[in-house]
Amino acid sequence: MPDSLPPDSVGIVTPQTLHFDTPLTLACGQTLDSYDLVIETYGTLNADASNAVLICHALSGHHHAAGYHSMDDRKPGWWDSCIGPGKPIDTRRFFVVSLNNLGGCNGSTGPNSTNPHTGKAYGPDFPVVTVQDWVHSQALLADRLGIQCWAAVVGGSLGGMQALQWSLSYPDRLRHALIIASTPRLTAQNIAFNEVARKAITADPEFHGGRYYDVNTLPRHGLMLARMVGHITYLSDASMGEKFGRELRDQAYKFGYDAEFQVESYLRYQGERFSESFDANTYLLMTRALDYFDPAYDFDNNLAAAMAQARCEFLVLSFSTDWRFSPARSEELVKAMIAARRKVSYAEIDAPWGHDAFLIPTPRYTDIFNAYMGRVAREVGA
Amino acid sequence: MRPDLEIIEQWINPGSHVLDLGCGDGTLLDHLQREKQASGFGLEINPDHITTCMERGVAVIEQNLDTQGLQNFDDQSFDVVLMTQALQAVRRPDKVLDEMLRLGREGIVTFPNFAYWRLRWYLMRRGRMPESETLPYRWYNTPNIHLCTFKDFEALCHRKNFQIKNRTVVDGQHRDRWLSRLWPNMLGQIAIYRITRKED
Repeated sequence: MPDSLPPDSVGIVTPQTLHFDTPLTLACGQTLDSYDLVIETYGTLNADASNAVLICHALSGHHHAAGYHSMDDRKPGWWDSCIGPGKPIDTRRFFVVSLNNLGGCNGSTGPNSTNPHTGKAYGPDFPVVTVQDWVHSQALLADRLGIQCWAAVVGGSLGGMQALQWSLSYPDRLRHALIIASTPRLTAQNIAFNEVARKAITADPEFHGGRYYDVNTLPRHGLMLARMVGHITYLSDASMGEKFGRELRDQAYKFGYDAEFQVESYLRYQGERFSESFDANTYLLMTRALDYFDPAYDFDNNLAAAMAQARCEFLVLSFSTDWRFSPARSEELVKAMIAARRKVSYAEIDAPWGHDAFLIPTPRYTDIFNAYMGRVAREVGA
Repeated sequence: MRPDLEIIEQWINPGSHVLDLGCGDGTLLDHLQREKQASGFGLEINPDHITTCMERGVAVIEQNLDTQGLQNFDDQSFDVVLMTQALQAVRRPDKVLDEMLRLGREGIVTFPNFAYWRLRWYLMRRGRMPESETLPYRWYNTPNIHLCTFKDFEALCHRKNFQIKNRTVVDGQHRDRWLSRLWPNMLGQIAIYRITRKED
């Protein structure tokens, strides 16, 4: 709990729920007749609505990207390090919009929402949504907010995929896409990890085919395992080594199978906490959205041909020790942008924290982010 | 702007797609974008320079010519490929020149002339590796690992069947002086070459 709010915080923020009544047809062919999106906004939209920045969240993210909900909050929003007065996404200059995506479990319509047709939670009946669907819904959100063109769409990891998809789906509705620690598509290894996570969830006896809400239980154990596997892919060998090494919780080996090493107890703790706060069906859905994302697919697997649709400028950033979406994946994307003659800047930032590095402010990351967003602000007169 | 960059600018057609190898803080590309409506990219490895490029809206790619090469660029995808004051610092200048003319119709290269009379005099008089305002390093810490003379460069172009379309020789302040035109390999400090592949 902060005793007082830091001067570079957006302060106390309040989410809003926006209801949409126009049916939304999804990539899978199904239609959502109506849905809610929960959003937070920071800063002020200028008169010509040119200073708006959209933040897209990653797998377990949500609308609460910056600031505090109350003075009792232990932690600020998930990207507070980069959003706020004087921070790279400077809320004195930009109007920042952050949402919980469809299918999420933080207030936007998702598997744990009530299905109006049955009066029960959607559960497994909630349609599998894709990155394209999210971008479509985000465009409708922009319409609602009176934003014709984003100054920038920004995201890390799965969020970066949304920024990329924006540039292809709505080329004239954004000036810049910032694609951080992301990839133009998952590798077989990435999909394999997702499959392990999904299998852990669906094999939990408490999963009940996804209808665990109806029997008032949760597949805690499966979701915990899924998160533990996922968490390992977010860190690097070096950062785990640095943080835990081979340290034991007690002095000596106990010749049993409880959590004896610190790294075991850390993973268990993180997994348990996550399994209490996140929805298992949403986890399945988010990992599937990751698997399906592949903008080159419709262009004969030619990513450069896909990128030729884009009109905006790009900043692509990768992190040296990220092995989940490695620098090579970002470079593949940059290569396609170069071939398509899109304006792109790229840097690989040296950071020891693996994939998670995109959430951790390091001097070079912050410098680049500041420099790029400063220029975006000047360009739109913010 | 630096006089050598002004000379380079004259050789670039409006609307050109340009690749600048070792673009520094992006001064030249920024200028070409404004004055010549040029598009394109700069390659750079210095983090501060990369940040400055981003700040001023120059598209910059962090890429090391020596370790990463230029495989991510397609054949003949640029009108001009530039390299100012970096040829002498790469591991294989001959291969970089090949790559420049694989990617671009034309290449523009600048480098310091190691046959400049002051350097010759320095070596002759002191018997030690020359240091000067254009080459302000010791032999053991210099990034300039492949120094050459104008004659060396032209011999390489000849061997590779490159055509030298233009050559301008300037002094240490990048000024075009009649003296250095008279006897370039002795009196010129920096050369600016515009090369292309000979039509077979």
